[in-house]
Amino acid sequence: MSTVEIKNLHKSFGSLEVLKGIDFTVESGQVVCVIGPSGSGKSTLLRCVNLLEQPTSGQVVVDGVDLTDPDVDIDAARRRIGMVFQQFNLFPHLTVRRNVTIAQERVLKRGRGECDRVAQENLEKVGLLEKLDAYPGQLSGGQQQRVAIARALAMNPSLMLFDEPTSALDPELVGDVLAVMRTLAEDGMTMLVVTHEMGFAREVADRVVFMDQGVIVEDGPPEQVIADPQHERTREFLRRVLHPGV
Amino acid sequence: MTPVAGNQTAVPSGGRLSPRRRQRIGRGVQYGVLIVVVVVLAALADWGAIKQSFFNGEVAGQGMPTLFTVALRNTVIYTLTGYVMGFAVGLLLALMRQSSVAPYRWIAAGYVEIFRGLPALVIFLMIGSLPLAFPGFQVPGDVYGQAALGLGLVSAAYMAETFRAGLQAVPKGQMEAARSLGMPYLRAMVSIIIPQAIRIVIPPLTNELVLLFKDSSLVLFLGVTAGQVELAKFGNDQASTFANPTPILISGLTYLLITIPLGYVARRLEARQGAAR
Repeated sequence: MSTVEIKNLHKSFGSLEVLKGIDFTVESGQVVCVIGPSGSGKSTLLRCVNLLEQPTSGQVVVDGVDLTDPDVDIDAARRRIGMVFQQFNLFPHLTVRRNVTIAQERVLKRGRGECDRVAQENLEKVGLLEKLDAYPGQLSGGQQQRVAIARALAMNPSLMLFDEPTSALDPELVGDVLAVMRTLAEDGMTMLVVTHEMGFAREVADRVVFMDQGVIVEDGPPEQVIADPQHERTREFLRRVLHPGV
Repeated sequence: MTPVAGNQTAVPSGGRLSPRRRQRIGRGVQYGVLIVVVVVLAALADWGAIKQSFFNGEVAGQGMPTLFTVALRNTVIYTLTGYVMGFAVGLLLALMRQSSVAPYRWIAAGYVEIFRGLPALVIFLMIGSLPLAFPGFQVPGDVYGQAALGLGLVSAAYMAETFRAGLQAVPKGQMEAARSLGMPYLRAMVSIIIPQAIRIVIPPLTNELVLLFKDSSLVLFLGVTAGQVELAKFGNDQASTFANPTPILISGLTYLLITIPLGYVARRLEARQGAAR
Protein backbone atom coordinates (compact mmCIF):
# COMPACT_ATOMS: atom_id res chain seq x y z
CA MET A 1 0.00 0.00 0.00
CA SER A 2 1.31 3.37 -0.85
CA THR A 3 1.56 5.86 1.95
CA VAL A 4 1.05 9.00 -0.12
CA GLU A 5 -0.91 9.15 -3.33
CA ILE A 6 -1.39 12.48 -5.06
CA LYS A 7 -3.75 12.67 -8.00
CA ASN A 8 -4.04 15.59 -10.41
CA LEU A 9 -3.28 18.15 -7.71
CA HIS A 10 -3.84 21.80 -8.60
CA LYS A 11 -3.20 24.77 -6.34
CA SER A 12 -3.71 28.43 -7.19
CA PHE A 13 -3.11 31.54 -5.12
CA GLY A 14 -5.53 34.00 -6.67
CA SER A 15 -4.74 34.03 -10.37
CA LEU A 16 -1.31 32.49 -9.83
CA GLU A 17 -1.31 28.77 -10.54
CA VAL A 18 1.47 27.25 -8.45
CA LEU A 19 0.72 23.55 -8.95
CA LYS A 20 -0.50 22.52 -12.39
CA GLY A 21 -1.60 18.94 -12.05
CA ILE A 22 0.73 16.86 -9.89
CA ASP A 23 0.59 13.07 -9.86
CA PHE A 24 2.90 10.98 -7.77
CA THR A 25 3.12 8.46 -4.98
CA VAL A 26 5.40 7.72 -2.08
CA GLU A 27 5.53 4.06 -1.12
CA SER A 28 5.68 3.01 2.51
CA GLY A 29 9.28 3.23 3.77
CA GLN A 30 10.46 5.23 0.79
CA VAL A 31 12.49 8.45 1.01
CA VAL A 32 11.54 10.85 -1.77
CA CYS A 33 13.44 14.09 -2.27
CA VAL A 34 11.82 16.93 -4.17
CA ILE A 35 14.26 19.31 -5.84
CA GLY A 36 13.79 22.27 -8.11
CA PRO A 37 14.35 26.01 -8.45
CA SER A 38 12.68 28.38 -6.00
CA GLY A 39 9.14 29.18 -7.04
CA SER A 40 8.74 25.79 -8.69
CA GLY A 41 5.96 24.86 -6.24
CA LYS A 42 7.81 22.17 -4.29
CA SER A 43 7.10 23.66 -0.85
CA THR A 44 3.46 24.22 -1.78
CA LEU A 45 3.22 20.59 -2.85
CA LEU A 46 4.61 19.48 0.51
CA ARG A 47 2.23 21.75 2.40
CA CYS A 48 -0.68 20.29 0.46
CA VAL A 49 0.18 16.81 1.76
CA ASN A 50 -0.94 17.72 5.31
CA LEU A 51 -3.38 20.33 4.06
CA LEU A 52 -1.58 23.33 5.52
CA GLU A 53 -2.47 24.54 2.05
CA GLN A 54 -5.91 23.64 0.83
CA PRO A 55 -5.59 22.18 -2.69
CA THR A 56 -7.67 23.93 -5.36
CA SER A 57 -8.51 20.57 -6.91
CA GLY A 58 -7.25 17.01 -6.97
CA GLN A 59 -6.77 14.35 -4.33
CA VAL A 60 -4.27 13.84 -1.54
CA VAL A 61 -4.53 10.32 -0.15
CA VAL A 62 -2.41 9.48 2.91
CA ASP A 63 -2.59 5.98 4.38
CA GLY A 64 -5.71 5.34 2.34
CA VAL A 65 -7.57 8.42 3.58
CA ASP A 66 -8.45 11.16 1.09
CA LEU A 67 -7.59 14.32 3.03
CA THR A 68 -9.41 16.56 0.57
CA ASP A 69 -12.71 14.95 1.59
CA PRO A 70 -14.45 17.56 3.80
CA ASP A 71 -15.76 14.79 6.07
CA VAL A 72 -12.26 13.71 7.04
CA ASP A 73 -11.04 14.76 10.51
CA ILE A 74 -7.95 16.65 9.38
CA ASP A 75 -6.60 17.00 12.92
CA ALA A 76 -6.64 13.24 13.34
CA ALA A 77 -4.95 12.78 9.96
CA ARG A 78 -2.23 15.32 10.79
CA ARG A 79 -1.27 13.40 13.93
CA ARG A 80 0.08 10.70 11.64
CA ILE A 81 2.00 13.18 9.46
CA GLY A 82 5.03 14.81 11.07
CA MET A 83 6.26 18.07 9.61
CA VAL A 84 9.60 19.85 9.92
CA PHE A 85 9.80 23.47 8.80
CA GLN A 86 12.56 25.57 7.32
CA GLN A 87 12.26 28.03 10.23
CA PHE A 88 12.01 25.23 12.87
CA ASN A 89 8.91 26.84 14.42
CA LEU A 90 9.63 25.57 17.90
CA PHE A 91 7.36 27.10 20.52
CA PRO A 92 9.67 29.73 22.04
CA HIS A 93 7.70 30.14 25.28
CA LEU A 94 8.04 26.46 26.17
CA THR A 95 11.04 24.35 27.21
CA VAL A 96 12.38 21.68 24.90
CA ARG A 97 10.65 19.07 27.04
CA ARG A 98 7.32 20.88 26.81
CA ASN A 99 7.75 21.42 23.07
CA VAL A 100 7.97 17.67 22.65
CA THR A 101 5.28 16.73 25.18
CA ILE A 102 2.54 19.32 24.66
CA ALA A 103 0.93 17.75 21.60
CA GLN A 104 1.28 14.23 23.02
CA GLU A 105 -0.53 15.38 26.13
CA ARG A 106 -3.16 17.62 24.58
CA VAL A 107 -3.80 15.77 21.33
CA LEU A 108 -2.98 12.12 22.00
CA LYS A 109 -4.09 12.36 25.67
CA ARG A 110 -1.07 10.42 26.84
CA GLY A 111 -0.29 10.42 30.55
CA ARG A 112 2.48 12.58 31.94
CA GLY A 113 4.89 9.75 32.51
CA GLU A 114 4.49 8.38 29.02
CA CYS A 115 4.82 11.85 27.45
CA ASP A 116 8.09 12.32 29.29
CA ARG A 117 9.39 8.90 28.38
CA VAL A 118 8.58 9.42 24.67
CA ALA A 119 10.14 12.89 24.76
CA GLN A 120 13.37 11.57 26.26
CA GLU A 121 13.47 8.67 23.83
CA ASN A 122 13.16 10.98 20.81
CA LEU A 123 15.48 13.67 22.14
CA GLU A 124 18.06 10.95 22.65
CA LYS A 125 17.54 9.89 19.06
CA VAL A 126 18.45 13.40 17.87
CA GLY A 127 21.29 13.65 20.41
CA LEU A 128 19.85 16.43 22.56
CA LEU A 129 18.72 14.69 25.72
CA GLU A 130 20.82 17.11 27.81
CA LYS A 131 18.81 20.08 26.46
CA LEU A 132 15.56 18.84 27.99
CA ASP A 133 15.06 21.91 30.15
CA ALA A 134 16.54 24.54 27.82
CA TYR A 135 14.40 27.05 25.94
CA PRO A 136 14.57 27.13 22.13
CA GLY A 137 16.21 30.55 22.23
CA GLN A 138 19.19 29.02 24.04
CA LEU A 139 19.86 26.51 21.25
CA SER A 140 21.69 26.84 17.96
CA GLY A 141 19.69 26.61 14.75
CA GLY A 142 20.86 23.06 14.16
CA GLN A 143 19.85 22.02 17.66
CA GLN A 144 16.46 23.70 17.28
CA GLN A 145 15.83 21.82 14.07
CA ARG A 146 16.74 18.51 15.72
CA VAL A 147 14.33 19.28 18.56
CA ALA A 148 11.69 20.04 15.92
CA ILE A 149 12.32 16.60 14.42
CA ALA A 150 11.99 14.99 17.87
CA ARG A 151 8.78 16.93 18.44
CA ALA A 152 7.30 15.53 15.23
CA LEU A 153 8.53 12.00 15.93
CA ALA A 154 6.95 12.00 19.38
CA MET A 155 3.56 11.74 17.69
CA ASN A 156 4.58 8.38 16.13
CA PRO A 157 3.92 9.56 12.57
CA SER A 158 3.77 7.15 9.67
CA LEU A 159 5.07 9.86 7.34
CA MET A 160 7.50 12.73 7.82
CA LEU A 161 7.47 15.88 5.71
CA PHE A 162 10.60 18.06 5.58
CA ASP A 163 10.32 21.54 4.10
CA GLU A 164 13.88 22.67 3.32
CA PRO A 165 15.00 21.61 6.81
CA THR A 166 18.57 22.86 6.43
CA SER A 167 18.08 26.01 4.35
CA ALA A 168 18.01 28.37 7.35
CA LEU A 169 21.09 26.84 8.97
CA ASP A 170 24.69 27.98 9.06
CA PRO A 171 26.70 25.61 6.84
CA GLU A 172 28.56 23.98 9.73
CA LEU A 173 25.27 23.01 11.41
CA VAL A 174 23.73 21.32 8.37
CA GLY A 175 25.57 18.03 8.88
CA ASP A 176 24.04 17.23 12.29
CA VAL A 177 20.51 17.66 10.99
CA LEU A 178 21.16 15.61 7.85
CA ALA A 179 22.71 12.87 10.01
CA VAL A 180 19.53 12.64 12.07
CA MET A 181 17.44 12.48 8.90
CA ARG A 182 19.69 9.79 7.48
CA THR A 183 19.25 7.64 10.61
CA LEU A 184 15.54 8.14 10.35
CA ALA A 185 15.58 6.97 6.75
CA GLU A 186 17.62 3.89 7.68
CA ASP A 187 15.06 3.08 10.36
CA GLY A 188 12.48 2.79 7.59
CA MET A 189 10.54 6.06 8.05
CA THR A 190 8.56 7.20 5.04
CA MET A 191 9.92 10.63 4.18
CA LEU A 192 9.08 13.35 1.72
CA VAL A 193 11.88 15.91 1.69
CA VAL A 194 12.03 19.24 -0.11
CA THR A 195 15.72 20.07 -0.19
CA HIS A 196 18.63 21.73 -1.92
CA GLU A 197 21.08 19.23 -0.43
CA MET A 198 22.03 17.27 -3.53
CA GLY A 199 24.47 15.07 -1.60
CA PHE A 200 21.71 13.98 0.76
CA ALA A 201 19.30 13.39 -2.13
CA ARG A 202 21.84 11.30 -4.01
CA GLU A 203 22.85 9.15 -1.07
CA VAL A 204 19.66 8.75 0.95
CA ALA A 205 16.72 9.15 -1.43
CA ASP A 206 15.05 6.17 -3.06
CA ARG A 207 13.57 8.55 -5.59
CA VAL A 208 14.24 12.13 -6.63
CA VAL A 209 11.51 14.32 -8.08
CA PHE A 210 12.49 17.39 -10.07
CA MET A 211 9.85 20.11 -10.23
CA ASP A 212 9.79 23.25 -12.31
CA GLN A 213 7.02 25.80 -12.84
CA GLY A 214 4.35 23.79 -11.07
CA VAL A 215 4.84 20.47 -12.80
CA ILE A 216 6.95 17.37 -12.19
CA VAL A 217 9.56 17.29 -14.92
CA GLU A 218 11.43 14.19 -13.89
CA ASP A 219 10.84 11.44 -11.35
CA GLY A 220 13.17 8.53 -10.79
CA PRO A 221 16.03 7.03 -8.79
CA PRO A 222 18.77 9.52 -7.88
CA GLU A 223 21.33 7.82 -10.08
CA GLN A 224 19.09 8.74 -12.98
CA VAL A 225 17.63 12.14 -12.05
CA ILE A 226 20.79 13.59 -10.55
CA ALA A 227 23.54 11.67 -12.32
CA ASP A 228 21.94 11.24 -15.72
CA PRO A 229 19.02 13.65 -16.15
CA GLN A 230 16.87 13.14 -19.23
CA HIS A 231 15.43 16.65 -19.51
CA GLU A 232 17.21 19.84 -20.44
CA ARG A 233 15.52 21.77 -17.58
CA THR A 234 16.82 19.24 -15.04
CA ARG A 235 20.31 19.41 -16.50
CA GLU A 236 20.25 23.21 -16.46
CA PHE A 237 19.11 23.28 -12.81
CA LEU A 238 21.67 20.72 -11.67
CA ARG A 239 24.45 22.57 -13.46
CA ARG A 240 23.61 25.71 -11.48
CA VAL A 241 23.24 23.90 -8.16
CA LEU A 242 26.22 21.59 -8.40
CA HIS A 243 28.63 24.09 -9.92
CA PRO A 244 27.57 27.53 -8.72
CA GLY A 245 29.66 30.31 -10.16
CA VAL A 246 30.74 28.35 -13.22
CA MET B 1 47.60 84.03 -1.80
CA THR B 2 46.81 81.94 1.30
CA PRO B 3 48.93 78.88 1.91
CA VAL B 4 45.98 76.65 2.93
CA ALA B 5 43.48 77.53 0.20
CA GLY B 6 42.25 73.96 -0.03
CA ASN B 7 41.58 73.55 3.70
CA GLN B 8 39.34 76.50 4.53
CA THR B 9 36.83 74.79 6.79
CA ALA B 10 39.32 74.02 9.54
CA VAL B 11 40.65 77.58 9.65
CA PRO B 12 39.20 79.88 12.32
CA SER B 13 36.99 82.19 10.36
CA GLY B 14 37.89 85.65 11.53
CA GLY B 15 34.91 87.52 12.95
CA ARG B 16 32.25 84.81 12.37
CA LEU B 17 31.38 82.43 15.21
CA SER B 18 32.21 78.76 14.90
CA PRO B 19 29.25 76.33 15.23
CA ARG B 20 30.50 75.14 18.59
CA ARG B 21 30.68 78.68 19.99
CA ARG B 22 27.21 79.43 18.68
CA GLN B 23 25.90 76.29 20.38
CA ARG B 24 27.38 77.38 23.71
CA ILE B 25 25.80 80.80 23.48
CA GLY B 26 22.47 79.20 22.58
CA ARG B 27 22.66 77.05 25.70
CA GLY B 28 23.48 80.09 27.82
CA VAL B 29 20.39 81.89 26.51
CA GLN B 30 18.17 78.92 27.38
CA TYR B 31 19.48 78.83 30.95
CA GLY B 32 18.86 82.58 31.19
CA VAL B 33 15.22 82.29 30.09
CA LEU B 34 14.63 79.47 32.56
CA ILE B 35 16.05 81.46 35.48
CA VAL B 36 13.99 84.54 34.58
CA VAL B 37 10.75 82.54 34.42
CA VAL B 38 11.40 80.85 37.78
CA VAL B 39 12.31 84.14 39.48
CA VAL B 40 9.24 85.93 38.10
CA LEU B 41 6.88 83.11 39.15
CA ALA B 42 8.45 82.99 42.62
CA ALA B 43 8.14 86.75 43.01
CA LEU B 44 4.49 86.82 41.88
CA ALA B 45 3.34 83.88 44.00
CA ASP B 46 1.83 84.46 47.43
CA TRP B 47 3.81 81.91 49.40
CA GLY B 48 1.80 82.27 52.54
CA ALA B 49 -1.44 81.61 50.69
CA ILE B 50 0.07 78.66 48.88
CA LYS B 51 1.11 77.06 52.15
CA GLN B 52 -2.30 77.80 53.66
CA SER B 53 -4.30 76.49 50.66
CA PHE B 54 -2.29 73.65 49.23
CA PHE B 55 -0.02 72.42 51.97
CA ASN B 56 -2.31 72.79 54.93
CA GLY B 57 -1.17 70.11 57.32
CA GLU B 58 -4.20 70.43 59.55
CA VAL B 59 -6.65 69.88 56.70
CA ALA B 60 -4.53 67.06 55.30
CA GLY B 61 -4.61 65.34 58.69
CA GLN B 62 -8.41 65.37 58.67
CA GLY B 63 -8.44 63.03 55.65
CA MET B 64 -6.37 60.39 57.38
CA PRO B 65 -6.63 57.48 57.39
CA THR B 66 -9.80 57.43 55.27
CA LEU B 67 -7.76 58.57 52.26
CA PHE B 68 -6.04 55.21 52.20
CA THR B 69 -8.50 52.89 53.92
CA VAL B 70 -11.50 53.96 51.84
CA ALA B 71 -10.63 56.21 48.89
CA LEU B 72 -7.45 54.55 47.64
CA ARG B 73 -8.87 51.13 48.39
CA ASN B 74 -11.97 51.83 46.30
CA THR B 75 -9.90 53.31 43.47
CA VAL B 76 -7.84 50.12 43.38
CA ILE B 77 -10.98 47.95 43.45
CA TYR B 78 -12.65 49.90 40.62
CA THR B 79 -9.47 49.78 38.56
CA LEU B 80 -8.75 46.09 39.00
CA THR B 81 -12.31 44.87 38.43
CA GLY B 82 -12.57 47.11 35.36
CA TYR B 83 -9.22 45.81 34.16
CA VAL B 84 -10.17 42.16 34.53
CA MET B 85 -13.37 42.77 32.60
CA GLY B 86 -11.57 44.81 29.93
CA PHE B 87 -8.93 42.09 29.62
CA ALA B 88 -11.49 39.33 29.04
CA VAL B 89 -13.71 41.32 26.68
CA GLY B 90 -10.69 42.78 24.88
CA LEU B 91 -9.20 39.35 24.24
CA LEU B 92 -12.56 38.09 23.03
CA LEU B 93 -12.89 41.06 20.65
CA ALA B 94 -9.37 40.51 19.32
CA LEU B 95 -10.20 36.86 18.60
CA MET B 96 -13.50 37.89 17.00
CA ARG B 97 -11.57 40.18 14.68
CA GLN B 98 -9.71 37.13 13.36
CA SER B 99 -12.88 35.08 12.98
CA SER B 100 -13.75 33.54 9.65
CA VAL B 101 -17.37 34.55 10.32
CA ALA B 102 -17.60 38.05 8.86
CA PRO B 103 -20.30 39.47 11.20
CA TYR B 104 -18.07 38.69 14.21
CA ARG B 105 -15.30 40.74 12.59
CA TRP B 106 -17.72 43.60 11.91
CA ILE B 107 -19.10 43.60 15.45
CA ALA B 108 -15.62 43.62 16.97
CA ALA B 109 -14.38 46.36 14.63
CA GLY B 110 -17.51 48.44 15.27
CA TYR B 111 -17.19 48.02 19.01
CA VAL B 112 -13.59 49.18 19.00
CA GLU B 113 -14.39 52.21 16.84
CA ILE B 114 -17.35 53.27 18.97
CA PHE B 115 -15.86 52.79 22.40
CA ARG B 116 -12.53 54.35 21.49
CA GLY B 117 -14.33 57.28 19.91
CA LEU B 118 -16.61 58.06 22.85
CA PRO B 119 -15.43 59.96 25.92
CA ALA B 120 -15.37 57.53 28.85
CA LEU B 121 -17.55 60.02 30.72
CA VAL B 122 -20.41 59.57 28.25
CA ILE B 123 -20.35 55.83 28.87
CA PHE B 124 -20.50 56.35 32.62
CA LEU B 125 -23.44 58.70 32.21
CA MET B 126 -25.26 56.02 30.16
CA ILE B 127 -24.64 53.07 32.46
CA GLY B 128 -27.32 54.16 34.90
CA SER B 129 -29.83 54.02 32.04
CA LEU B 130 -29.18 50.38 31.16
CA PRO B 131 -32.29 49.09 33.00
CA LEU B 132 -34.39 51.07 30.51
CA ALA B 133 -33.15 48.85 27.69
CA PHE B 134 -33.39 45.58 29.63
CA PRO B 135 -36.36 45.90 32.01
CA GLY B 136 -35.71 44.29 35.34
CA PHE B 137 -31.99 44.12 34.70
CA GLN B 138 -29.73 45.37 37.46
CA VAL B 139 -25.97 45.50 37.17
CA PRO B 140 -24.88 43.14 39.95
CA GLY B 141 -22.74 44.64 42.70
CA ASP B 142 -24.36 48.08 42.65
CA VAL B 143 -21.80 50.87 42.08
CA TYR B 144 -18.94 48.37 42.14
CA GLY B 145 -20.55 46.39 39.33
CA GLN B 146 -21.40 49.51 37.34
CA ALA B 147 -17.85 50.82 37.74
CA ALA B 148 -16.37 47.52 36.59
CA LEU B 149 -18.75 47.50 33.65
CA GLY B 150 -18.03 51.09 32.64
CA LEU B 151 -14.26 50.87 32.98
CA GLY B 152 -14.30 47.39 31.44
CA LEU B 153 -16.29 48.46 28.38
CA VAL B 154 -13.94 51.37 27.73
CA SER B 155 -10.66 49.57 28.32
CA ALA B 156 -11.83 46.52 26.35
CA ALA B 157 -11.77 48.60 23.17
CA TYR B 158 -8.16 49.65 23.75
CA MET B 159 -7.05 46.24 24.95
CA ALA B 160 -8.67 44.60 21.91
CA GLU B 161 -6.41 46.62 19.64
CA THR B 162 -3.39 45.76 21.78
CA PHE B 163 -4.23 42.05 21.76
CA ARG B 164 -4.79 42.16 18.03
CA ALA B 165 -1.32 43.60 17.52
CA GLY B 166 0.09 40.94 19.85
CA LEU B 167 -1.66 38.09 18.06
CA GLN B 168 -0.41 39.38 14.73
CA ALA B 169 3.12 39.62 16.08
CA VAL B 170 3.24 35.84 16.69
CA PRO B 171 4.82 34.35 13.55
CA LYS B 172 2.49 32.42 11.24
CA GLY B 173 4.74 29.38 11.53
CA GLN B 174 3.67 28.91 15.15
CA MET B 175 0.08 28.18 14.17
CA GLU B 176 1.26 25.97 11.31
CA ALA B 177 3.55 23.98 13.61
CA ALA B 178 0.75 23.51 16.15
CA ARG B 179 -1.75 22.46 13.49
CA SER B 180 0.75 20.09 11.88
CA LEU B 181 0.97 18.32 15.25
CA GLY B 182 -2.76 17.67 15.03
CA MET B 183 -3.91 20.42 17.38
CA PRO B 184 -7.34 21.80 16.54
CA TYR B 185 -7.48 25.56 15.89
CA LEU B 186 -8.83 26.47 19.34
CA ARG B 187 -6.33 24.29 21.18
CA ALA B 188 -3.46 25.84 19.18
CA MET B 189 -4.77 29.31 20.01
CA VAL B 190 -5.02 28.59 23.74
CA SER B 191 -1.78 26.63 24.18
CA ILE B 192 0.53 28.21 21.63
CA ILE B 193 -0.59 31.54 20.19
CA ILE B 194 -2.30 33.39 23.06
CA PRO B 195 0.46 32.75 25.65
CA GLN B 196 3.02 34.23 23.25
CA ALA B 197 0.75 37.15 22.34
CA ILE B 198 0.18 38.01 25.99
CA ARG B 199 3.91 38.05 26.65
CA ILE B 200 4.29 40.53 23.80
CA VAL B 201 1.54 42.83 25.07
CA ILE B 202 2.45 42.88 28.79
CA PRO B 203 4.18 46.30 28.58
CA PRO B 204 1.33 48.08 26.72
CA LEU B 205 -1.19 46.35 29.01
CA THR B 206 0.66 47.74 32.02
CA ASN B 207 0.30 51.20 30.51
CA GLU B 208 -3.40 50.50 30.06
CA LEU B 209 -3.59 49.75 33.78
CA VAL B 210 -2.12 53.20 34.50
CA LEU B 211 -4.69 54.85 32.22
CA LEU B 212 -7.52 52.92 33.81
CA PHE B 213 -6.33 53.85 37.28
CA LYS B 214 -6.78 57.50 36.34
CA ASP B 215 -10.08 56.89 34.54
CA SER B 216 -11.47 55.28 37.69
CA SER B 217 -12.07 58.87 38.88
CA LEU B 218 -15.09 58.88 36.54
CA VAL B 219 -16.89 56.58 38.98
CA LEU B 220 -17.95 59.72 40.84
CA PHE B 221 -20.55 60.28 38.10
CA LEU B 222 -22.31 57.05 39.08
CA GLY B 223 -23.36 58.72 42.32
CA VAL B 224 -21.49 57.06 45.14
CA THR B 225 -22.03 56.86 48.87
CA ALA B 226 -19.36 57.77 51.43
CA GLY B 227 -18.24 54.14 51.61
CA GLN B 228 -17.88 53.88 47.82
CA VAL B 229 -15.94 57.08 47.34
CA GLU B 230 -12.68 56.99 45.35
CA LEU B 231 -9.67 59.29 45.40
CA ALA B 232 -10.80 62.16 43.18
CA LYS B 233 -14.24 62.53 44.73
CA PHE B 234 -12.81 62.07 48.20
CA GLY B 235 -10.38 64.93 47.64
CA ASN B 236 -13.07 67.13 46.15
CA ASP B 237 -15.54 66.45 48.99
CA GLN B 238 -12.94 67.15 51.65
CA ALA B 239 -11.93 70.34 49.86
CA SER B 240 -15.52 71.59 50.00
CA THR B 241 -15.91 70.56 53.64
CA PHE B 242 -12.85 72.48 54.77
CA ALA B 243 -13.03 75.17 52.05
CA ASN B 244 -9.41 74.39 51.31
CA PRO B 245 -7.91 72.70 48.18
CA THR B 246 -5.19 70.79 50.07
CA PRO B 247 -7.13 67.46 49.93
CA ILE B 248 -7.25 67.66 46.13
CA LEU B 249 -3.50 68.00 46.03
CA ILE B 250 -3.18 65.07 48.43
CA SER B 251 -5.45 62.97 46.21
CA GLY B 252 -3.32 63.90 43.22
CA LEU B 253 -0.15 62.84 45.02
CA THR B 254 -1.80 59.54 45.95
CA TYR B 255 -2.51 58.85 42.26
CA LEU B 256 1.13 59.55 41.47
CA LEU B 257 2.15 57.16 44.25
CA ILE B 258 0.70 54.39 42.08
CA THR B 259 0.99 55.66 38.51
CA ILE B 260 4.67 56.65 38.55
CA PRO B 261 6.02 53.30 39.82
CA LEU B 262 3.61 51.45 37.52
CA GLY B 263 4.77 53.51 34.54
CA TYR B 264 8.34 52.76 35.54
CA VAL B 265 7.58 49.02 35.62
CA ALA B 266 5.99 49.28 32.16
CA ARG B 267 9.07 50.99 30.74
CA ARG B 268 11.34 48.39 32.33
CA LEU B 269 9.30 45.56 30.82
CA GLU B 270 9.40 47.27 27.46
CA ALA B 271 13.16 47.67 27.62
CA ARG B 272 13.63 44.06 28.65
CA GLN B 273 11.46 42.86 25.80
CA GLY B 274 13.35 45.09 23.38
CA ALA B 275 16.62 43.54 24.53
CA ALA B 276 15.27 40.00 24.21
CA ARG B 277 14.37 40.47 20.57
